[in-house]
This record gives sequence, C-alpha cells and structure tokens, in this order.
Amino acid sequence: MTGADKAFLLSQGRDGLLTWASQVHVAETLGCSLGQVEEAALAEGLLPSRYQRNRTTFSIADQLSFRRARIAVVGCGGIGGYVVEGLARIGVGTIVVVDPDHFEESNLNRQLLCTIATLGKGKAEAAANRVAAINPAVMVAACCERLTPENGARLLGGCAAVVDALDSIEARKELRGVCDDLATPMIHGAIGGWYGQLCDAFPGDAALDRVYGCGEGPGEQTRLGNPAFTPMAAAAFQVAEVCKIITGQGKPLRGRALMLDMSEGEAEAVELVDESR
Amino acid sequence: MADENTVTIIVKLFASFRPGRFREASRDYPAGAQVADVIADLGIDPKEIGMIFIAGKHADPDRALKTGDQLALFPLLGGG
Repeated sequence: MTGADKAFLLSQGRDGLLTWASQVHVAETLGCSLGQVEEAALAEGLLPSRYQRNRTTFSIADQLSFRRARIAVVGCGGIGGYVVEGLARIGVGTIVVVDPDHFEESNLNRQLLCTIATLGKGKAEAAANRVAAINPAVMVAACCERLTPENGARLLGGCAAVVDALDSIEARKELRGVCDDLATPMIHGAIGGWYGQLCDAFPGDAALDRVYGCGEGPGEQTRLGNPAFTPMAAAAFQVAEVCKIITGQGKPLRGRALMLDMSEGEAEAVELVDESR
Repeated sequence: MADENTVTIIVKLFASFRPGRFREASRDYPAGAQVADVIADLGIDPKEIGMIFIAGKHADPDRALKTGDQLALFPLLGGG
C-alpha cells in the first residue's frame, strides 16, 4: 500500500475501529484483498471491529501476529472442525486444513462442520467454506489428501504450529516425524469417551513418546466412542496453545500433559519427564 | 502392614480405568513386584496403557515398586 492508500484506509476508521463494511469498501476502492486490508489496518493500529472482544486479551500487535501466522490443522473431524472455527475467529491469517475424508452420518453427533447439507462432502472443503462465511480475509489452503512423510513438507512448510486433530495414534506418530523434520511445534490433542489429553510437542521433545510410549492398542475411543463435548473441550485448549505460541503469552503445555476427565469434572496436569531425571 | 516381603503403594487410576475399579487405593504387592504386575493385578490390558507415572514422573512397566510409591495409570487415547 502507498502512503495515500494508508491515509485512505485510516480515514475509514472510527474510534480506532474498522467496520466490516469499511474493510470491504477499502478493498474494492484500492483493488486489494480483504486480507491485505486487514493486515494493513492492524499495522496502522486500526482494529477491525470483529476483533473488539479480543482486544483486552490480545493487543493490536498480537492481533497482527495472528494475521501474519500460518497454522495447520491436520484432521478436520471432531477436534479439527472446532480448531478451524477457533483459529478463524481469533484472526489467524492463513489456515492449512488437511483431511482426505468426506462427512458421513456418524459424524453428525459431534463434528461442527458436518451437517445434513455437507454429508458426502469433503471435510477440508467444508472447512474452507465455513471460514469464508466467518471471515473471507482468512486464507484457507484446503488439502484433500492424507498427510504422509512424503507430502508433509509440501503441505505444512512455513507453518508456525501444527494442530494434531487426527484420529489414530499411528497417524500422530507419523505427523510428529514430519513436524520434527520441519522444526515446527505440534499441538497434540486426543479424545475418547469423557476423556481427553493435550500437550505441545516441540521439535525434539519426547512428549509423544511419553503419552504413547507404553501401549500398542488403537486407543480407548474405539470402545468408548466420541460424544459431542470432548472434541469441543480438546479443541478449545489447542486453540489457546496456538495463541500462546504465536504471542508468547501464558505458559504453553510443553513438558506437561493435561488430562481431562469431563465425567468427574477434573483436569490434571502431569510432568512428561522421566522418573530418573 | 508392609514388611520386608511386601511393598505398599498408592495406586491412582484415571479416566476409563476408574469405572468398576477405584479412583485411588493403597495396595500391597510382593517385594520385587513391578509396575506391570500392578497392571495385570487390576485386570488392565497392557495395550490399553497410555502413560505410567510414579510421583508425577514418567516410569516404565518394568520399574520395580518401592513402598510409598504413588503410581498413576492413564489409558491410551487416540480419537479426534
């Protein structure tokens, strides 16, 4: 944007806020994208009105960091749908969504993006449509393919963090290898029945070895199922982890795992360090 | 009461390991018993074990038990 463009943009603000109608007007007048307007506004200290309720939690500088961040969500089912929703609403600028699957009826009990209208539709595509309905300034790269060690760098390169919203332990171990190679933090979340577990695996961390080190089975969800509330809870924590990693606020779940028991209304953080240490 | 032939530990179970068992219990095992023996004693399939903690830190199934250990067992969760 030129100096004149920025002056025009600033002239459209009221009380430090830029309404959606003004954002659209600026984009149309200057011939640039809604995302470019959002980023330029934040860089000039003008807050898009949609982020007013973010403001006392996150500064305009934090909001600009969200805008400039690229975050991947691998898996777009129960957890992933809510994670995409949260990232789009918080204002992450680019979301990479990876999922090869299509919605089926058994997803209707919990998956945010699964509706009667989306049955049979691709999950990654549904995520892109949902984000466009919330904020067209957010870019979505919808990848309708399974993440593998071969395509991992192509799909996830340049991401500040990768959210693990997969539904199998084997796929998670594979994702962890890709994230380690890319030196990108992986934000782990897994659920089953009333229960959930969360932790951040930074490059080289043994976090995934700790949470999955002992057992060899597929996980308790195969026996316990997945009701509506557990993916919501796991996703909320994972979105908060993304926000902490981007802004430096708070204390990430690194070296710790948070175990949720929604049946008893409890959360327990455990240290992921060896007893010998 | 623990003697030289017995170790007394506290076992804490989490999530799906609780229903039908207990939340926290003091239990006696023969001296030399390992974490794996507790898992077998509780009728838990070792394949279902996600994390093992003693005194809040990760431990392995072959860890020998000592009187006073606080053992926590978490199930494997893989859904999403």
